[in-house]
Amino acid sequence: MKYGILMSGNEVDFMIHGLFKYSFFGHEVWITTSHVCILIVMLVIIGFAIAANVKMRHAEEIPTGFQNVVELIVEKLDGMTDGTMGKSGVKFRNYIGTIFIFILLSNLSGLLGLRPPTADYGVTLPLGLMTFTLIHFNTFKHNKLKDIWKDKCSPLPPWLPIWLPINLISDIAVPISLSLRLFANVLSGVVMMALVYGLIGKLALIWPAFLHIYLDIFSGAIQTYVFCMLTMTYIANGIGDSEA
Amino acid sequence: MEFNENFIRGCSAIGAGLALIAGIGPGVGQGIAAGHAAAAVGRNPGAKSDITSTMLLGQAVAETTGLYGLVTALILMFVKPLLP
Repeated sequence: MKYGILMSGNEVDFMIHGLFKYSFFGHEVWITTSHVCILIVMLVIIGFAIAANVKMRHAEEIPTGFQNVVELIVEKLDGMTDGTMGKSGVKFRNYIGTIFIFILLSNLSGLLGLRPPTADYGVTLPLGLMTFTLIHFNTFKHNKLKDIWKDKCSPLPPWLPIWLPINLISDIAVPISLSLRLFANVLSGVVMMALVYGLIGKLALIWPAFLHIYLDIFSGAIQTYVFCMLTMTYIANGIGDSEA
Repeated sequence: MEFNENFIRGCSAIGAGLALIAGIGPGVGQGIAAGHAAAAVGRNPGAKSDITSTMLLGQAVAETTGLYGLVTALILMFVKPLLP
């Protein structure tokens, strides 16, 4: 068991490694580097959340210091959700804020030498599937079955469902494209950084910082924003403009 | 007909290279989006932040096809699904 593989090494190495295995109902299951990195990210978020909770219990009328930071984060995330989803955004503030902070910190964890958890398809596919579930739960909650059927047969009249399979395929493609987009973007950053550090490690002084700025911070933040924006747009589309 | 392992490895590498031709499309598409965004900012400098966020969202979506190519190339290179 080498714990050194959590950090960036001296050879080209960007794969997920198993740290130790255990038996789960007869299956061989591995604890991988992704699990460890996701745990670190989660501990950071939980620590921040507890600190924010303790602080906001004794919130002051005129905010100072840490309270300012917490209020700024919450206001920005809520404003983003409300700006995209309109009135129906209020119910989704918690979910969007949570996945935004989680994906952002996961992408930024590459700066600490960790392997970003979002560079594992096992992390991004569940995020995509959660979006998929939310889209269709809200579609069926806010629309009548007749309207949904009409929408699924949309370019043709509802009694002629030739277009139905194509619309269904495009629905199923949503979580796959969402999760693959995030996964491939973060993975491409991981691969490039592994190539720089692995192949020309002796020359990699100071200037890889600029690559980190682009690949980890800029690309990571953009992909986080895009994931949340697309999630919100799809859910708002599913709700439609019926009532809500 | 029997092929040996190294032949399949070589063909996988060629396939990975060919898969990355997919990078041309997103490059052109993102360039067009950025050009139009620049023109829009020139016409209406007040809406700069809205234009920038819309442009980045559109570019990130346009990037997807190139990323599919990248994933295909990485799978061909490192997962080696074609090896027996």
